[in-house]
Amino acid sequence: MVEKRDPSVRALGEALTDRAKAYVVGFTGAPGTGKSTLVDALVTLLRKLDRSVAVIATDPNSSFTGGAILGDRIRMQRHALDPKVFIRSMGARGHLGGLSLAARETIRLLGAFGFDPVIIETVGVGQSELEVAAVSNTTVVVLTPNLGDGVQMIKAGILEIADVFVVNKADLEGHHRAVTELRSMLSLSNIPGSPKVWKPPIIATSAARQEGIEELWAAVEAHRKYLTSTGRAERLAADRLKEETAEVAAEIARERVRQALVEDPALTERLLEKGTPYATAEEILDRTR
Amino acid sequence: MKVRARDPKQVWQLWKEEFEAAPARDDGLETSTISGIPLQPLYTSSDLAEREEELPGQFPYTRGIHPSGYRGRLWTMRQFSGFATAEETNRRYKYLLANGQTGLSVAFDMPTLMGQDSDAPTSRGEIGHCGVAIDSLADMETLFEGIPLGNITTSMTINSPAAILLCMYIAVAEKQGVPAAQLGGTLQNDILKEFIAQKEFIFPPAPSMRLVVDSIEYCAREVPKWNTISISGYHIREAGSTAAQELAFTLADGMAYVDACIERGMRIDDFASRLSFFFDAHIDFFEEIAKFRAARRIWARWMRDRYGAQDERSWKLRFHTQTAGVSLTAQQPELNIARTAIEALAAVLGGTQSLHTNAMDEVLALPTDRAARLALRTQQLLAYETGVANTIDPLGGSYFIEALTDEMERQAEAYFKRIEELGGVIPAIEASFFQKEIADAAFRYQQELEQKRRVVVGVNDFTVGEEEHIEILRIDPKLESQQVARVREVRANRDQARCSNALVRLRKAAAGTDNLMPYILEAVRAYATEGEIMNTMVEVFGLYTERAVI
Amino acid sequence: MPANTAVRPVRIVLAKVGLDGHDRGVKVVARALRDAGYEVIYTGLRQTPEMVVDAALQEDAQVIGLSIHSGAHMTLFPAVVQELKRRKATDIVVFGGGIIPDDDIAALKQKGVAELFTPGTPLQGIVDWLRKRFPQGAA
Repeated sequence: MVEKRDPSVRALGEALTDRAKAYVVGFTGAPGTGKSTLVDALVTLLRKLDRSVAVIATDPNSSFTGGAILGDRIRMQRHALDPKVFIRSMGARGHLGGLSLAARETIRLLGAFGFDPVIIETVGVGQSELEVAAVSNTTVVVLTPNLGDGVQMIKAGILEIADVFVVNKADLEGHHRAVTELRSMLSLSNIPGSPKVWKPPIIATSAARQEGIEELWAAVEAHRKYLTSTGRAERLAADRLKEETAEVAAEIARERVRQALVEDPALTERLLEKGTPYATAEEILDRTR
Repeated sequence: MKVRARDPKQVWQLWKEEFEAAPARDDGLETSTISGIPLQPLYTSSDLAEREEELPGQFPYTRGIHPSGYRGRLWTMRQFSGFATAEETNRRYKYLLANGQTGLSVAFDMPTLMGQDSDAPTSRGEIGHCGVAIDSLADMETLFEGIPLGNITTSMTINSPAAILLCMYIAVAEKQGVPAAQLGGTLQNDILKEFIAQKEFIFPPAPSMRLVVDSIEYCAREVPKWNTISISGYHIREAGSTAAQELAFTLADGMAYVDACIERGMRIDDFASRLSFFFDAHIDFFEEIAKFRAARRIWARWMRDRYGAQDERSWKLRFHTQTAGVSLTAQQPELNIARTAIEALAAVLGGTQSLHTNAMDEVLALPTDRAARLALRTQQLLAYETGVANTIDPLGGSYFIEALTDEMERQAEAYFKRIEELGGVIPAIEASFFQKEIADAAFRYQQELEQKRRVVVGVNDFTVGEEEHIEILRIDPKLESQQVARVREVRANRDQARCSNALVRLRKAAAGTDNLMPYILEAVRAYATEGEIMNTMVEVFGLYTERAVI
Repeated sequence: MPANTAVRPVRIVLAKVGLDGHDRGVKVVARALRDAGYEVIYTGLRQTPEMVVDAALQEDAQVIGLSIHSGAHMTLFPAVVQELKRRKATDIVVFGGGIIPDDDIAALKQKGVAELFTPGTPLQGIVDWLRKRFPQGAA
């Protein structure tokens, strides 16, 4: 119902699920930071390590019509026909409840089919990076040497969600300066009392030259160990499961209300007459199904 | 006229009032050019910029590069053709030469253009469809069998593997006893527009540019009469750009090649006069003429003033024109004869050096003999019946044409600035700048058609219920297996040691900095196939994939 | 017309098969389909039939749109249909566009290509066809 997908597929996904089977690595950053190329380079590395990798490439820049053009597969062309690489594109607005709900379901299924890790990638505009962080175990924020995007990042509150920073295009001039600036920016943003014990490392990469990718993966692994050893992994998983349940419930409720307003003209008429959204909503939800 | 006014402003005012009072057509059609340049209903002397008298054969060549225009020499009628196998195309060439064509122009099939042999798995279904299949020197020998290369000029439309095909041509000439220094012709060899528009790239930009510069450098020494590159706006335009984008991106590409050659250490006057250009002649008549005129003026200024070329020949922009393939319609295809004639006229009035006129059936498939002849006859009609070749730059001085020429120049210069801000042509390609500009323009035009703000006769207006069935040329599917057998036979019967040695040497050279032309020529002589030579270079240079921008 | 948000958008894999790089048409179509509320997954140039079908399966697409200008449509379009059969995914609808002579259109339809659009087809014509084919959005 949530996705109008065959419910049996969801049942399958849930049955196969051995809770958070796939480790989820999120990538976000401003347009043009080279995320796709970076993800492509990481996939290459993971394939060398004989891991089955799934990539969820999201594009929040959908048109108001709900349509979207998703072109990220092109960047990962060299993995075409590799059965151990699964690429799925997602247009954020085409899905109920935004990106995270749809992504969670897809992640569950991919995990069930043995893909680990699942990489989820999004352009850091609007809310999408927060949504990615909400489903990822490790969130990687990608920047480039021209830290013009640095200011943007702070504005969007993106520094708070980063578990690993990547300064990509390290072959460009000025990347040392970028790393230094970022470091000082991070120390400023460490608000006293915030429970952030994990210090996000800063990794310099050149995705085009396949450089720094092993260091990046090591950082992700380190963060994963940190989560497990501190027990945060379990807490996070529990919180997310609860949160997802709430989101699903909200979607189901939303759908029931929409349907009722279509199917019950008398009710709609009363609503329009009295202008009482709360009362009407409660009335609909109180009905036994 | 109601009053006899003397003051030009007053007369103009009077006209304006009368114009505005007169009823306007209410068909909802755009009055801007097809590229979207807004047009005045009338141009007068007040629209002319102050400038010194411009004359043909004199800097900045707005009115033509030859002082005698077409009085001295008509344009070259160069019909692009090639299909199926080398034998079949050879027959077509002999037919065209016998019918008065004055130069050859080779169209290669997709596998040849993409540097792969006919027996590669991805060549399936593509062999001989868009042009002739050439796998090795053996095919090239067949293609020019009985055609003395010393007496004709040949244009070859090929880009990523251009160096290989040029070497094959040189090797055929050697066998005919014609020295390279005597060869005349043009190699398209324009890789930048492949990244920008036509997308037949193989290597990344840097090694691609190296190969282009290698061939320019080599030809300057060994094949001095050869036009080493045909810097092409045609494909940019066909991909959906505006006229100004075609003009600006093409000239910007030209400057990028000049920069690359200078960086190699060449002197500008040693190679600039062998650079040639290739433009589209689209259906918006005056806009096209203005584009051609502006191209010459801009190039002359940049070559002389920015690059400091001393030799006048370096300042002169010479160009080939092809009528617009995209303007042709599958609906009522005979209309294409009329379209092509008008476009060809624009090219001639714009002072082109050579011209290809499209055949009416080219939108459906490769042209039949009859359609190909009609297309050539259209040019002959222009040259010999209409009298348009009798006066040099006959539209020079027209208020409208001069104003539009200036506008073209202005828009091109604005683009040069933006490209420079992006760091040059290659960074702009990597940032998808050109690709985005072109896709936007193509989409805008398509929407104008959908909203019927522009009419394409026979397509979105003046349609007929039942389209007439016209005869089209079919490629015999048997040719595919024949060509596959042929390349395998060549591989089986050559001197294997010589061939593999040549390829090993080429690989080494590619990893270094030598000019690759002599190495490629040796591999060609040893009957290494095109695919083998390309793959050898791919091992060193890698493959390019583009970021898709829609 | 905004798509009904309660309905999952139809997903369409648009691919350039064959060796040519003429992507003007496919890009214009991609934009038009996006604006009509479809989710378009563009796979880029020079896709083999195997790559196209793989992408359609991974992307859970209901439709494959193929574009070609090189003249190899009689080989490559049916090859995509065959590959769908081999992968047991014949529910995916295939349409094509490009320079395709009338006679070939009939032959291709017989080989399982649902519809073909030639130069001069209004974009709305493609959208209308899809709407007719998928009146409820994605199944």
